[in-house]
Amino acid sequence: MLNYIIRRVLYALPILIGVNIITFSLFFVVNTPDDMARIHLGVKRVTPEAVVKWKQERGYDKPLLLNSSAPGTAKVTDTIFFDKSIKLFAFQFGLADDGRDIAYEIKTRMGPSLAIALPVFLLGLACYISFALMMAFFRATYLDFWGVVLCVAMMSISSLFYIIGGQYLLSKLWNLVPISGYGTGIMAAKFLILPVLVGVVSGIGSGARWYRTIFLEEIGKDYVRTARAKGLSEWRVMFKHVLQNAMIPILTGAVVVIPVLFMGSLITESFFGIPGLGSYTIDAINSQDFSVVRAMVFLGSVLYIVGLILTDISYTLVDPRIRLE
Amino acid sequence: MFDSLKKALMPMFLTAMVLLAGCGGEWNSPYPIQERGLNILYSAFSERPKHLDPVQSYSEDEAAFNAQIYEPPLQYHFLKRPYTLVPATAEEVPRPQLFDAAGHRLPDDAEAGRVAYSLYEIRIRPGIRFQPHPAFARDAAGGLLYHHLKPVDLNPIHDLADFKQQGTRELMAADYVYQIKRLAHPRLHSPIFGLMSEYIIGLKAYADLLTKANQTLLKSGHGNAYLDLDRFPLEGATVVDRYTYRVKLKGKYPQFVYWLTMPFFAPVPQEVDRFFSQPGMAEKNLTLDWYPVGTGPYMLTKNNPNRQMVLERNPYFHGETYPSEGEQGDREAGLLADAGKPLPFIDKAVFSLEKEGIPYWNKFLQGYYDASGISSDSFDQAVQISSTGDIALTDKMREKGIRLSTSVAPSSYYMGFNMLDPVVGGYSERARKLRLAISIAMDYEEYISIFANGRGIEAQGPIPPGIFGNKPGEDGANSYVYDLVNGHPKRKSLEAAKKLLAEAGYPDGIDKENGKPLVLNIDVTARGPDDKARLDWYRKQFSKLNLQLVVRATDYNRFQEKIRKGNAQIFNWGWNADYPDPENFLFLLNGPQSQVKSQGENSANYNNPEYDRLFEKMKNMENGPDRQAIIDQMIEIARHDAPWLWGFHPKEYRLFHSWMLNQKPNKMARNGLKYQRIDAAMREQKRAEWNRPVLWPMFLVLAVLVVTALPAVIAYRRRERKSAI
Repeated sequence: MLNYIIRRVLYALPILIGVNIITFSLFFVVNTPDDMARIHLGVKRVTPEAVVKWKQERGYDKPLLLNSSAPGTAKVTDTIFFDKSIKLFAFQFGLADDGRDIAYEIKTRMGPSLAIALPVFLLGLACYISFALMMAFFRATYLDFWGVVLCVAMMSISSLFYIIGGQYLLSKLWNLVPISGYGTGIMAAKFLILPVLVGVVSGIGSGARWYRTIFLEEIGKDYVRTARAKGLSEWRVMFKHVLQNAMIPILTGAVVVIPVLFMGSLITESFFGIPGLGSYTIDAINSQDFSVVRAMVFLGSVLYIVGLILTDISYTLVDPRIRLE
Repeated sequence: MFDSLKKALMPMFLTAMVLLAGCGGEWNSPYPIQERGLNILYSAFSERPKHLDPVQSYSEDEAAFNAQIYEPPLQYHFLKRPYTLVPATAEEVPRPQLFDAAGHRLPDDAEAGRVAYSLYEIRIRPGIRFQPHPAFARDAAGGLLYHHLKPVDLNPIHDLADFKQQGTRELMAADYVYQIKRLAHPRLHSPIFGLMSEYIIGLKAYADLLTKANQTLLKSGHGNAYLDLDRFPLEGATVVDRYTYRVKLKGKYPQFVYWLTMPFFAPVPQEVDRFFSQPGMAEKNLTLDWYPVGTGPYMLTKNNPNRQMVLERNPYFHGETYPSEGEQGDREAGLLADAGKPLPFIDKAVFSLEKEGIPYWNKFLQGYYDASGISSDSFDQAVQISSTGDIALTDKMREKGIRLSTSVAPSSYYMGFNMLDPVVGGYSERARKLRLAISIAMDYEEYISIFANGRGIEAQGPIPPGIFGNKPGEDGANSYVYDLVNGHPKRKSLEAAKKLLAEAGYPDGIDKENGKPLVLNIDVTARGPDDKARLDWYRKQFSKLNLQLVVRATDYNRFQEKIRKGNAQIFNWGWNADYPDPENFLFLLNGPQSQVKSQGENSANYNNPEYDRLFEKMKNMENGPDRQAIIDQMIEIARHDAPWLWGFHPKEYRLFHSWMLNQKPNKMARNGLKYQRIDAAMREQKRAEWNRPVLWPMFLVLAVLVVTALPAVIAYRRRERKSAI
């Protein structure tokens, strides 16, 4: 397995380089270093000299990808791309264009993002699987029919509606939880109830339908009929046999997102005032902070690759027939 | 199955309830229970501040914090209008001493042409001390405790509060001079360096000197080492004695006193700069840009711009009293009830990050924010406009005791014509009449009504109300666009606009020279569907004259580039006043400050020699009839040439809860926190009244869940009990 993991990590390197090149190209197609300087220096009284100085200080006065006037390898190394990219592979994110330490920001924002995303993920998984199992159990009955109708209706509604509706009902009308905000320690709990609830409820439609499809496929298989023929209770058939055998597709969808949970959610964090990573990237794009954008895209790619590797590993845990070689 | 689910969920539900109940008071309160009843102001910010270093900070978001912490020598009187300068740390508002080239003193009203330089001598009050800060902490021997830190000493330090010892020292004139020198610091970006280097004698050369010194440090491998500004004297800013300093300006620049109210001219102690320059500090975000240090009434005790910024009372604040005089009506409005009482009133101000308008508005209605603006979404909930156009709060707001304050912002939102453009630009009668025709056709009264909920007044010229030079009523009406009807300006008829258009050579929107319809282009930074209505409205206004308007939507970067290069034809722009002087608006049409020629702020690239001549004369004059006469001439020239479609001056509406006292909008002063007072007991009472938890929906939801699940349980049991055959 170790060889497999090492191989996958090595495969990841060209992917990460590719992601970096694409991010770099897309960013600088839209923004020039001059634009970045002007955004950071403000709207009023920005002189051309100040723009030049800002670019010099941050290394944005170099050519983008190729420095034709430089000698030898410096043609490639003495460029914005090389300067800004190479340290990423050592996880040195450096300073944002506004001078703040990116690693510090990521470290402090990761916790709040995770505080929302992890309970939503775990509770959501439990709810969606339970609901899906129930629909599968009552397949072709009115419960299944109306369950699917409910799911389709719920997945057709924008997540923003759940957020605003949740805030309106639970916070404004019934005064049960704060509308938005964040606390530390035990104080955090009361701020998390609403976003977690909204996160779970807004995902029920798509989640339960997805798992129902998986379970329905499993439920028609021979081993299920055998289990029933042995006289096992439906509870045991569903939770012990069907669930276990449906783990591969469940894990495919679930494990891959675990590392990405750190990255947070933009809309949820904005509306609930959660100081997480979700809004960090969008804020950086709006303020044209390339240092933050490249760091966050890189981190997102790394975490996604980690998620894929973890998914592969998890296959071997739930299905002994799978060997990673 | 259901039993085990119940077993799993019940403890979670109970825990949540216990947590909420344990919070005490209102369940939906976002604040800790320990803060109940305390003298704390709750506010919000939507954008994290970029800079808190007073030499770099220029935005409103940053001023909300910096202006409470830093004390420039002067400030605006809280109540008096027109805006009046009063001392902050200075003994008095300085009067410039004027000198000719030979160094002879000139009378105060000497003409600008004779003045070689002006001298501002500012004397600060003794006994003012800085807030507690580790940079001032001293050891037993009297040496500065934290000024020789090794990287290992910083290992346990993550925040300024991790330094155990703090100290203070008295404010000195040298601190102000030090800050003026910092305007030219090669590692900092002061937005006003360009402007100030034209006035403060020697500042430009000083910047070159510092750049060289900085390069020497870089070459020696100490790029981030402290650059000791005290080693380099600056002719334009010198210390006279412990409490007095002088600023020497080229020529005459009466607007300089206004700059002395801004944090750019606030004191920065060199110890603090030296403290933060130590190796390893910047890597831990320990910089002056992150931790401001001042003498003001408040100090920043929590700086987490991702969540909350907290200002607390500076224990060493020198003391100041609430003003005992204001303008007419202030006493009746209760604004002088606290006259003579020591400032500040509020102990602590908590600013929470609130990016979205809906949560902000709802929290305000729940009493968790003390004041709020009014967004378009919530306008109808808050304000009702009667058939006569009177503005009043809705019944719901009045029931809550909420009060409304309105004020015209010292800003202008205008539509500019690029005067370098071959069609709409230039100074020919043809182009001028085309611009005037469009000016008449664009119904800004309608625009204000539709897109600003009536929050604005149509502009008659570049200067907004409240600024010297603006004339209200019929005297100030723009006769090129408005007729006077019963003493009130009324937009000229469309026929007048069409006549002008025909005279310009475009009868009925057709270019007489080539027989083709006239097509004009407007450059906008439209972002989404919300802008569509606005753009359609623009098209509709132009189509009244049969003119075709092509909207060239682009991103902000390209838009700015087009303006810089003079490639736009028609565009929207705006300006917020830096200070309450007409020069700060009239310079926007000054030829030498053309955007294309000199990257100045004259975005329309307007260039009228007579206007420029009058501008040079006007800018150095004191307010008075002579200055007003010149301003009138300038405005007449600008109205005649119509380089702008004058647009409107926005009106700001602000809501306050009944427990907020001493609320008077002051669009120039940002340091108003110290004057505000709250009745914390009333706030607690209202919050409790407005936020009683409603529990029955929870039980209803549970009941619905049970009722829904019941058939499933019954069906499950029935199926389990059914025989196989």
